[in-house]
Amino acid sequence: MTAAIAYGDVEVGTEIPERAFPVRRVDLVRYAGASGDFNPIHWSERTAKSVGLPNVIAHGMFTMAQAGRLVTDWAGDPGALVEYKVRFSAPVVVPDDDTGAEITVSGVVKEKLDGNLVRVALTARSGGAKVLARSTAVVRLA
Amino acid sequence: MAINRDLVGREYRSPQPYEVTRGKIREFAEAIGDTSPVYTDADAARAHGHPDVIAPPTFPVIMGMEGMSQAVVDPELGIDFSMVVHGDQSFAYRRPLRAGDVVETLTRVASVSALGGNELITLESEMRTVEGEHVVTAVNMLVVRGGAAAAAPAASTAAQEGSAV
Repeated sequence: MTAAIAYGDVEVGTEIPERAFPVRRVDLVRYAGASGDFNPIHWSERTAKSVGLPNVIAHGMFTMAQAGRLVTDWAGDPGALVEYKVRFSAPVVVPDDDTGAEITVSGVVKEKLDGNLVRVALTARSGGAKVLARSTAVVRLA
Repeated sequence: MAINRDLVGREYRSPQPYEVTRGKIREFAEAIGDTSPVYTDADAARAHGHPDVIAPPTFPVIMGMEGMSQAVVDPELGIDFSMVVHGDQSFAYRRPLRAGDVVETLTRVASVSALGGNELITLESEMRTVEGEHVVTAVNMLVVRGGAAAAAPAASTAAQEGSAV
C-alpha cells in the first residue's frame, strides 16, 4: 500500500469519503482477547444491563481503531500518524444477532501544518448517535 | 464513592517490560480488522521506511491497560470499576511501535475531577523502550458514573474480572 494521497493534493475542507465498519459480538470477544480488556460490559448482556447500559457496548478503543483506519488508509501508512485523540460521546450498542452494529466514519481536513502534516477532524456515528466527538488525527502525508 | 484526590500524581510502573512481537501485532491487527500490510509484511513496512513490521496506532492500549488496571484496583484510589466507561483517549507518537521493541510504561494519575454526578480520572502513560527511547504517550480519561454520589450499589463481578473499558 503506497501513500494514497499527497500533501499537495489536499486543501482545508478536503473530505475523506465515509466508510462503514461492522461490529458484531464476536468482534468484541476477539478484541477483548487481543487487547486484554475483559470488562464484562463488552460481552455480558447481564452485566451491561445491571449497570444501566442498554446492552453490551463495544470497547471504546475498538471504535477508536476503526475511525483511525479511515485516516491511515487514506494516508497510506499507519506509521504516519503523529497524534490521535477521540472523545467517546455515546456507546456503540451491539445487539446479539448476526448483523451487530455499524460504525460509520467520515473525516475532513481542518488544517494544513508544516512538515507535510494535516489535521483531520473525524466523525463517527452508530445507531443514530454520534459516538465520537471532538476527534482529530494529525497525519504526515507524502 | 468519590475518588481520592490525594492520589493525583501517584505513579504505577509496569511490573515487567512488554515485548512487542510480530505475532501479537498480527493478532491485534486481525482483531480490529485492519489489513494494512505494514503490520504483517516486513518488506511492506520497510518500503515505508520502518525497520520491521509496525503495530497499529491503538496497540499501546495493551500496555496502557496494565497501568489502568493497577490504578483501577488500587483500593486507596477508590474506583468502582463496574461503573467505569471510557471518556476520552489520546496518543502522541514519536514513532510507531514495532516488532522487537521492549517497552516500559509509567502511568501517572494526572487529574481527578467531578462533572455532574460523575467522577473523571485522567491517567497519563508514557511508554519508553528499555533503552530509554520515548515512543508514545497515551492519555486516558475514565468516567466513573455516579462516582461523585454515594457508593453505587453495583455488581462486584466487573471489578473482580475486568480490566478496562
